[in-house]
Amino acid sequence: MSHATTAGTAKTEASPTPVTPKKKPALSEGKKAERRLGWLLCAPAALTMIAVTGWPILYSVLLSMQRFDLKFPDRTEWVWFDNYVTVLSSPYWWNAVWVTVLLTVFTVAIELVLGMSLALIMHRALVGRGIVRTTTLIPYGIVTVVAAFSWRFAWTPGTGYLAEALGGDPVLTEKIPALLVVGLAEIWKTTPFMALLLMAGLALVPDDLLKAAAMDGASGWQRFIKITVPIMKPAILVALLFRTLDAFRIFDNLFVLTAGSQGTSSVSMLTYNNLIKGLNLGIGSTMSVLIFIMVAIIAFVFIKLFGTAAPGSDDGGKR
Amino acid sequence: MGATRRYRVAAGVGAALLAASTVTACGSDGGGGGITVNVYKYPQENFQAIVDSCNAKAGGRYNIVYNKLPREADGQREQMVRRLAAEDDSMDVLGLDVTWTAELAKAGWIREFTGSVKSQVENGTLPGPLQTATYEGKLYGAPDNTNVQLLWYRSDLVPTPPKTWDEMISMAEALVAEGKPGQIVGQGKQYEGLVVLFNTLVNSNGGALLDENGTKAVVDDKAVEALAALKKLATSKAIDPSFSNAAEDNARLAMEGGNAAFQLNWPYVYAAAQKKPEFAKNFKWAPFPTLGGDQARVTVGGVNYAVSSYTTHPDESFDAVLCLRSAENQKLAALKDGVPPTIEAVYDDPEMVEAYPMSADIKETLKNSSVRPRTPAYQNVSTVISTILSPPANIDPQATADRLRQELQDALDSKGVLP
Repeated sequence: MSHATTAGTAKTEASPTPVTPKKKPALSEGKKAERRLGWLLCAPAALTMIAVTGWPILYSVLLSMQRFDLKFPDRTEWVWFDNYVTVLSSPYWWNAVWVTVLLTVFTVAIELVLGMSLALIMHRALVGRGIVRTTTLIPYGIVTVVAAFSWRFAWTPGTGYLAEALGGDPVLTEKIPALLVVGLAEIWKTTPFMALLLMAGLALVPDDLLKAAAMDGASGWQRFIKITVPIMKPAILVALLFRTLDAFRIFDNLFVLTAGSQGTSSVSMLTYNNLIKGLNLGIGSTMSVLIFIMVAIIAFVFIKLFGTAAPGSDDGGKR
Repeated sequence: MGATRRYRVAAGVGAALLAASTVTACGSDGGGGGITVNVYKYPQENFQAIVDSCNAKAGGRYNIVYNKLPREADGQREQMVRRLAAEDDSMDVLGLDVTWTAELAKAGWIREFTGSVKSQVENGTLPGPLQTATYEGKLYGAPDNTNVQLLWYRSDLVPTPPKTWDEMISMAEALVAEGKPGQIVGQGKQYEGLVVLFNTLVNSNGGALLDENGTKAVVDDKAVEALAALKKLATSKAIDPSFSNAAEDNARLAMEGGNAAFQLNWPYVYAAAQKKPEFAKNFKWAPFPTLGGDQARVTVGGVNYAVSSYTTHPDESFDAVLCLRSAENQKLAALKDGVPPTIEAVYDDPEMVEAYPMSADIKETLKNSSVRPRTPAYQNVSTVISTILSPPANIDPQATADRLRQELQDALDSKGVLP
């Protein structure tokens, strides 16, 4: 592809008389044209990205510094950081932050363990490999909202088999039980995704290495810890990063299961309630900016903590 | 500069798209004048019949289409405000819960009723429901149906119903002391129902939560007394043990289950009770018990019709509203769907009296009813109230009032965070 382009441009550039060489002779006319073409080719994508992500982000930052409430359109004014003070001093916000952090930590930890076991099973399966892989992926294939509704009905006393099995208490109307149900639904739903990413990592581990270690007398556990895990570290990191960021933004399961009542709001749920339900664009945007910052911190910590093994600095792992 | 041009381009593209969609919309109407009036309302079983009769009356001038909103109030409001905020011109008439009128009016999303349409709406409509449709002295809605709570009691246990709040509590406590089913049931859960109960108590006692304009939180001494009255009920020996988690239907079921002698609830419990003849025989009603004055000022519920600011057919929309809420159609809705009418004359109809034995009491209550705080920030105000009052047994009147005042003011200043 690039060869063809170079040849094409070189031909057209060849006909005019060569101009005097500039300070940087490294860039030939052909190279320059190629670079220009490169810019032109990626311009539409770059401009689209700016239009659909850059501007909304900037706009929400601007909104977060105003009293901008659709309920009081004539009282819009710049309040600078007042909204941040309001949100950061609100017990609802901190409750939502804790709910989100706990949900993220617990679900991702459990998913990692379960996902790794599933990945090993899928990787090692000798018989019925196709069936094992397909059945494992079923939860991930179901639309989250549909799955969440079936969880909700299952937990509703009177109609649900799970609620009946546990004595018919309305679990979704109390904070802790409701959060456990949300966590369960989340784990059930996304463990296959984790397993899929980890399985890609497992494929990177050369069999010879494992066989050699076995020859040297390493036990199964030692081979797993000393060989498999280090080699698939990039894949594990990617899986963890993806799932952590996803889990941190948990919304659809919560929306269907509790809609944030009884203090079960995650930060995304709370933002939605203030933005869409409350029509308070100022406070809502403040929350979304704060979520943006928190997500950026999570990504930053992952990159810093894991150094060269982090995604982006290593192209060995799958994306 | 660049921004202006970008806006202009965006507006141009948007306008082109809108024009295209309007053209297709008009094309698909078929006969008549080609004008469609889109009505958005909650799912009401027999509403299509009302729409059909209005379409027949319009004689082809316009065609009303009934678009069903979600079943739950939050979902209804959300769909409407989202589309109104985007200036959607495909919504013409909106069925609003009474508490949303101020919010949508202030946001500039619904049209004021003026001139002859206004006088036709006001003529013969009960004052309570009419007040819910009024904001800052202007009429923004046409009351369709309404609702008020009554006191329901067991006549086999209570020969004469109590007149006042304290009387009700002492009668219930006496029954419980005798080992009889004397509990009081009502809505004490952390939700809108608790706000309705509290608003009734505050207004009955002559108190106020917000000032006249709805811009300042007041929570006066009379409101403190109302808090004390609510606490007295919630800590009484006769209160339903699950009061702090009870919504309308929990209260109804608790009374039908045979533990309670008193119930504070909407009139729908009457129709439901008729399925249990043994119970229904002693199931009677009385006006809501008073607090302070000689008549309780009960919170009104119900639905108002509003006309969207973005409709392209305002005249036809107002006309459609007048037909949809006509006395005749309100009677139909009352008889078929069980929603109390807002036009006074409908209550005197012989058919109404037969199907609705308590209609006279509803009408009397409506004449002296109260409205929930009319502010654009009602959603926040309501959340603050139900959160702070929960559980009602833990109310500390003065301290709770101070906290209410503070957080209500924050909500009015757009500083409230919705949970």
